[in-house]
Amino acid sequence: MADLLEVRDLVKHFPVKRGVLFKQTIGWVRAVDGVSFTLGAGETLGVVGESGCGKSTLAQVLMLLEPPTSGEAFFEGRPMFSLRGAELKRLRRDMQIVLQDPYTSLNPRMTVGDIVGEPFEIHPEVAPKGSWAGRVRELLDVVGLNPEHINRYPHQFSGGQRQRIGIARALALRPKVIVCDEPVSALDVSIQAQVMNLLGELQSEFGLAYVFIAHDLSVVRHLSDRVAVMYLGKIVEIGTEEEIYNHPTHPYTQALLSAVPVADPALRGRRDVIRLTGDVPSPIDPPSGCRFRTRCWKAQDVCATEEPALVERGGHPSACHFAEERSVVP
Amino acid sequence: MTALLEVEDLHVEFRTRDGVARVLNGVGYHVDAGETLAVLGESGSGKSVTAQAVMGILDSPPAFVTKGAVRFHGEDLLTASEERRREVRAEGIAMIFQDALSALNPVFTVGFQIEEQLRLRRGMSRADARARAIELLDLVRIPHAKQRVREYPHQFSGGMRQRAMIAMSLALDPEVLIADEPTTALDVTVQAQIMDLLAEIQRERHMGLILITHDLGVVAEVADRIVVMYAGRIVEHADALSLFRSPGHPYTAALMRSLPRIDSKGTALETIKGLPPSLLRIPAGCPFHPRCPRAEDVCADLVPDQVRLGLGRTSACHFAEEVVRG
Ligand SMILES: Nc1ncnc2c1ncn2[C@@H]1O[C@H](COP(=O)(O)OP(=O)(O)OP(=O)(O)O)[C@@H](O)[C@H]1O
Ligand SMILES: Nc1ncnc2c1ncn2[C@@H]1O[C@H](COP(=O)(O)OP(=O)(O)O)[C@@H](O)[C@H]1O
Ligand code: SF4
Ligand code: SF4
Ligand SMILES: [Mg+2]
Ligand SMILES: [Mg+2]
Repeated sequence: MADLLEVRDLVKHFPVKRGVLFKQTIGWVRAVDGVSFTLGAGETLGVVGESGCGKSTLAQVLMLLEPPTSGEAFFEGRPMFSLRGAELKRLRRDMQIVLQDPYTSLNPRMTVGDIVGEPFEIHPEVAPKGSWAGRVRELLDVVGLNPEHINRYPHQFSGGQRQRIGIARALALRPKVIVCDEPVSALDVSIQAQVMNLLGELQSEFGLAYVFIAHDLSVVRHLSDRVAVMYLGKIVEIGTEEEIYNHPTHPYTQALLSAVPVADPALRGRRDVIRLTGDVPSPIDPPSGCRFRTRCWKAQDVCATEEPALVERGGHPSACHFAEERSVVP
Repeated sequence: MTALLEVEDLHVEFRTRDGVARVLNGVGYHVDAGETLAVLGESGSGKSVTAQAVMGILDSPPAFVTKGAVRFHGEDLLTASEERRREVRAEGIAMIFQDALSALNPVFTVGFQIEEQLRLRRGMSRADARARAIELLDLVRIPHAKQRVREYPHQFSGGMRQRAMIAMSLALDPEVLIADEPTTALDVTVQAQIMDLLAEIQRERHMGLILITHDLGVVAEVADRIVVMYAGRIVEHADALSLFRSPGHPYTAALMRSLPRIDSKGTALETIKGLPPSLLRIPAGCPFHPRCPRAEDVCADLVPDQVRLGLGRTSACHFAEEVVRG
């Protein structure tokens, strides 16, 4: 099966500037630094990693909100970053984004109807003008909101409901891919479950593919077919949900999984505990060789000199010279 | 035996322009030396307001304590003299917050903020206070404490700020530490470090620790006992093992079933219908009844009492005994 989306060696660096009048570039934040993956139609790729590892930057570049520094991405075989005119417009319909913060990502002065219907204004070819209100009502219904509330404002909704508004808007143009950047992180557990179920249902109903970014590894496991683990701008391990959670081979993946508390007090003191020390190094000046080596308990001399490639090691791709399975999830 | 810290039948309301929000409606819990009590609940359930009432840092107006007591070694702080209250709250009970950056003063160095308390309340000299501040930063494992003590909060990473706040809270050797969502804003790897640190310090100093959180996983890993809050009430109180093995309140049970798990890939999650109630208009009867999968007619009329479920367990549900049997 052909891939819906293929990302090849994507790089995004942000300049670090100093000076008031004459700004000088004194370095680069290597937010995304050579990321490759594929996404099939109807599939969910989870992306996990600590704060600052480049997840949101990856999302922004994929959504054409930031130009890449280098690298390529292909949507249905067409190079995304060089599309123009009608093809570009088509791409902007096919890929949509849902953001974390239901409080700030919606314009407070627009009604729900205007927010969800706005994409039709930009893409009138999708729905003739007279049909907008009806379409918006349908969309509200699909995401479990009362269509009668079409004239209300965002502040009149709860956090979970606002997230549904964001999802309805993303669905308006019948996209093929939705990039979700922490879509449930701001929600309470009981509401989070509602939104996660909704995302699952919409996927089966419309055959959507998701790039699902979250720092909560349980949430990602629940929704993902495959999972990519990022560290300092790079994917360090990628595989099926089963491979990553039950057979992780990269020390960083193992440490990350081991740190997740398990909601079962009977397992207390009986888990394989790996504790990382220190913080993530600065992406301005990442460590040589393997970027994880400053926190890795397995690091050897070679780790400082040779960057481990993300290649098949022990069943699935892992970027560690000493990749070895260790089960840390009970 | 008197508890180290006990909150008794606490009622707090916020008098706002929209009306009176009944934020706490009879909250009671206690913590003893050397134990960890987890306060679990979704946002708005009253976890922080309870802690703020204990610390005496509620803004009044709009907040008013209308009933109840906060006892420290049996002495009610709500009726004690202003001076006595300030003394207990400086020396006996300390609190750390979710957002370390706003709890630390940006214009003073981290060291200065720790030293100030030691000089004011312990009469330490500048040099002694500095030495003690370095010891404390060392204790919470801030690397290069000697240099770091001179830095400002914004020069610290999120995890380090949380450590600095813990160091500051320990300066006067409190008997009780209240930690309000201390790791909610942090990555899991850092969260694990901070939770280990808190557990270790608590054990070594035999402190009472009140851990406020909405994270069932964190609770399962560290709590001795757990109270579950909903709409300003304690709906369930149990030891950790019992609560997870056989929840005694429909709300607790529903929360557990709505949680995605790290150790299995689930299908659809169970959800709790509707939303938490507005505290301006708490439903009559059991406040959970509009959302409860088990509700019967009686639930809409009668507020359930705390039903005892054996050994220190209670549940505020008319059908508690049946619920706990599963
Ligand atoms: N516009 C920008 N200019 C400069 N640096 C940036 C910019 N946007 C992001 N960065 C930096 O790039 C790195 C990656 O940031 P990004 O927001 O992608 O992280 P993330 O993985 O989404 O983190 P989080 O989990 O906190 O959302 C960080 O070091 C961040 O500070
Ligand atoms: N200063 C305030 N004015 C009015 N209402 C408040 C104030 N502080 C808290 N509340 C309300 O009190 C309730 C409980 O809040 P809180 O204890 O902070 O909840 P949580 O359990 O999330 O810590 C919420 O409904 C909140 O909106
Ligand atoms: S390559 Fe070396 S430093 Fe990197 S994860 Fe593997 S063992 Fe650790
Ligand atoms: S009292 Fe009734 S409504 Fe309340 S939790 Fe029990 S069964 Fe549910
Ligand atoms: Mg982000
Ligand atoms: Mg709170």
